[in-house]
Amino acid sequence: MLGLNLPVVIVLAAIGGVLAWRRANTLTWLLYTWVALWAFFKYGFAVPIPQSVATIYLGITGLALVCFASSSRERLSETVQPIVRLILEPRYRLALAGLLVALPALAAYNVYADLNVPLEAPGFGREVHPPPPTEMTVHDETVDMATAENPYLHYKHDDPELYGEHLENGRRVYYENCFWCHGDGMGGDGMFAHGLNPVPSNFNDVGTLPILQSSFVHWRIAKGAPGLPGAGTPWDSMMPAWEKFLTTEEMWDVNLFIYDFNGYEPRALGQH
Amino acid sequence: MTRNRILFGIGVLAFVSVIVTVRLGGFLVDNEYRQPDRQVAAQEELGEAELVPRQQGIADEQAADEAEARARPYEEAEYRTVPFVGSRVTVWVLAQLHLLFAAFVLAVPLFAFIIEFVGYVKKEERYNKLAYEFTKLLSVSFSMTATFGAFLTFALIILYPKFTNYLMHIFSPTFLPYVLLFFLEALFLYSYYYGWGKFGPKMHLFLGFMLNVVGTAIMFIANAWLTFMMSPGKRDDIDGDGVPDFVSAVSESGALLSLRDAFFNFTWMPINIHRIIANVAFGGSIAAAYAAFRYLQAKTDEERAHFDWMGYVGNFVAIIAFLPLPFAGYYLAAEIYAFSQTLGIQMMGGTFSWLFVLQAALIGNLFLGANYYLWLGMGRMEGGVHFQKFIKWLLIAIALCFAVWATPRYAISSVSEIAAMGGSSHPQLSYLGQMSAKNTAVNILILSTYMSFLLYRRTGRQSIHPHRQLLTRAQAIVFSSAAALVIFYGVYGYFVDSATRIRFAIPQVYSVLAALVVITVIDLPLYRNAAQSGETKWGRIPAVSQYALIFIALSFTWLMGLMGYVRSGLRQEWHVYGVILDTSPDAYTPSLGFATQVVSVTVLIFFGLIGVVFWLSSLSGKKDYAPGAAPEDGGRIEGGQAA
Repeated sequence: MLGLNLPVVIVLAAIGGVLAWRRANTLTWLLYTWVALWAFFKYGFAVPIPQSVATIYLGITGLALVCFASSSRERLSETVQPIVRLILEPRYRLALAGLLVALPALAAYNVYADLNVPLEAPGFGREVHPPPPTEMTVHDETVDMATAENPYLHYKHDDPELYGEHLENGRRVYYENCFWCHGDGMGGDGMFAHGLNPVPSNFNDVGTLPILQSSFVHWRIAKGAPGLPGAGTPWDSMMPAWEKFLTTEEMWDVNLFIYDFNGYEPRALGQH
Repeated sequence: MTRNRILFGIGVLAFVSVIVTVRLGGFLVDNEYRQPDRQVAAQEELGEAELVPRQQGIADEQAADEAEARARPYEEAEYRTVPFVGSRVTVWVLAQLHLLFAAFVLAVPLFAFIIEFVGYVKKEERYNKLAYEFTKLLSVSFSMTATFGAFLTFALIILYPKFTNYLMHIFSPTFLPYVLLFFLEALFLYSYYYGWGKFGPKMHLFLGFMLNVVGTAIMFIANAWLTFMMSPGKRDDIDGDGVPDFVSAVSESGALLSLRDAFFNFTWMPINIHRIIANVAFGGSIAAAYAAFRYLQAKTDEERAHFDWMGYVGNFVAIIAFLPLPFAGYYLAAEIYAFSQTLGIQMMGGTFSWLFVLQAALIGNLFLGANYYLWLGMGRMEGGVHFQKFIKWLLIAIALCFAVWATPRYAISSVSEIAAMGGSSHPQLSYLGQMSAKNTAVNILILSTYMSFLLYRRTGRQSIHPHRQLLTRAQAIVFSSAAALVIFYGVYGYFVDSATRIRFAIPQVYSVLAALVVITVIDLPLYRNAAQSGETKWGRIPAVSQYALIFIALSFTWLMGLMGYVRSGLRQEWHVYGVILDTSPDAYTPSLGFATQVVSVTVLIFFGLIGVVFWLSSLSGKKDYAPGAAPEDGGRIEGGQAA
């Protein structure tokens, strides 16, 4: 449910319930919160969350707990008192000895666990959208990325019949060349998609086509993976540079078609 | 016998070896190439006219070099370099330090003036003292600003002469007014500071007002220079088709077409607004850090009480300015995006987007630090325990929003994690990486911080307003409605297209701003003349609170450095975007790690220097030197007319 590992969530909630029932002190609650969240991030999701994100979350949790524990003199005293009693009172001597063994053992286990992982290539952050150049040359024609627009878009209002022809040509180009990877419905789930990492762009996504000017899409079609910028991160993509196979008109037509098919308008120049 | 012969043989061999070595050494010294320091002796030995061949060769080379140098035409240098550090880092650090001091010098008069005005209206001397205490920081900071400004100018002229010359070509008409305003700034600043208690209150307030007007004008001019580098022109619908067109302020070769368009360029006003607000937040936090510094040094309860109050006011100023800052930042980012999709994508989706994850972490820390300080401040009042129970819930809300804001859309993942997720984004968490979630988180953070402030304000006070129940309920309804509206738009944003979703930010912002205004308007009469359940004991706050103030100031400074780098670095290989290319060896985007290191070192230098400012400012409160008198280690509170 909701992508959660329910047994883990139930166990963690049950422990919390027991602590509430036993009216646990502040220190116990603080320790429980941190450990429970650590367990939740590590085991609580059906698809484990990346370590980098879990570290951010646990860092925030740690900061928040320190703030809470020291947010008043009374609360700080409540938090610290059990630790002072554990150290000073003879009746806790055994527990203290156990803790003195357990803490280094935990640290040692942590080192062991960190080192005992299979070797694998380092991961890299991925850019959501690669930054386009300020201008590019396609079939000996310079395209200003800031101002270029689909030259056939205006036919939508000016000459719907001609617009339909361009759209039809775009459909043909798409289903001859693009659908293998981007899919029948443009969901990025074509028949070759399962073999690609990262998966092909999903044009249904509300966060992709509508926030891009048509010049950006034209750049991606024309230049493909070889034209991606080197800045940032290594980029894996199998997108061919379609300028080598298609005419400029065909590329603008397919650009027109993917917007039209998904019911989106390209982001206008100067639009926020 | 044989042994003796061998020993004799070794002795003879050793003697001969010594003789040979000495002779050989003498021969080599006599016949070495003459070094320049022995040239005179050699000359005397051989006579004036005769030179050894090596000397002749050197003399010929020198003559050839001289002749070549005389014949060489003058060439203007495009770039010069700085060893080890590099030109870019030099200019970067100097510009950042200049800007940090300038921001402080522009911000402090703004709230010193307001505090003095409040004191004048309320006829309370303590406000006047406080305003003076803030103003004491200005004198040295102003000198620092000017020093770093001059240093930066020289560095630009020396290291980037061609580019600096180009900027002069564009903006030379603005330089004289700038200098004139700077002169006026000095005049008003020093008359405001040294004239404290020497002029009538109205005249002094007028000086403070003019100081702010002139300071703001200076910033607006400097902003034109730097924003021109990012957006050298404006967007205007010149052909009337409803689609904005780019109107460049310069020709393709860079010649100036319109100074007006270059000055009032596309990102000029967004930067002005963003900087004014950010300066006040930054200035407040630095002033609060000064108060914390003095609080921790204080020897008497009176000093502690004074600097505790000063720290509270400085932090209050910082947080009040900080609340609308995300909106101003959003406006600036939206305008950059509207100006150029390349810059916009570079900023939010490209390389620089990772710095926004760091930004989220810093802003989250700022919110947490600000709330923490307010919670600790409840300890000043009797009856503070009553509201302590709410802290847990506020903390949960703040930590959750902080986590949402810091969640990247595409996480840094190992290969096995990517395989498990089926891509670079997590199926559940990727929702938190989107704009809807971020906008919702920041708005709830603002509301939560405001709630902390309201609780702090109520601590130890009981409203005696006849309609207090009704008004308190009205406040609760307004607060809940704003929160509900923010969450509604946040969730609904996932079900609409991006253009609509982006527009949802506007009702979210307005609902929060409206809630802040309405609740404040209700709160003022509600708690006017409220019954005090106990006295506010200024100075009775845990020392850790003062470290929280310093932490907040540090976070603000770091944030300014980081975001300043993003804004400036966006241009990448351009000095002036799309017009003047950077062809220096530094024309590449440094790695994010390197950039953060430069920003961190700059912040450390700034804090070292601001420590000097704090120390110099605190000297005025110390007793005069008297021979034989015991050294005085505590600061005395001084305050204009009261001093």
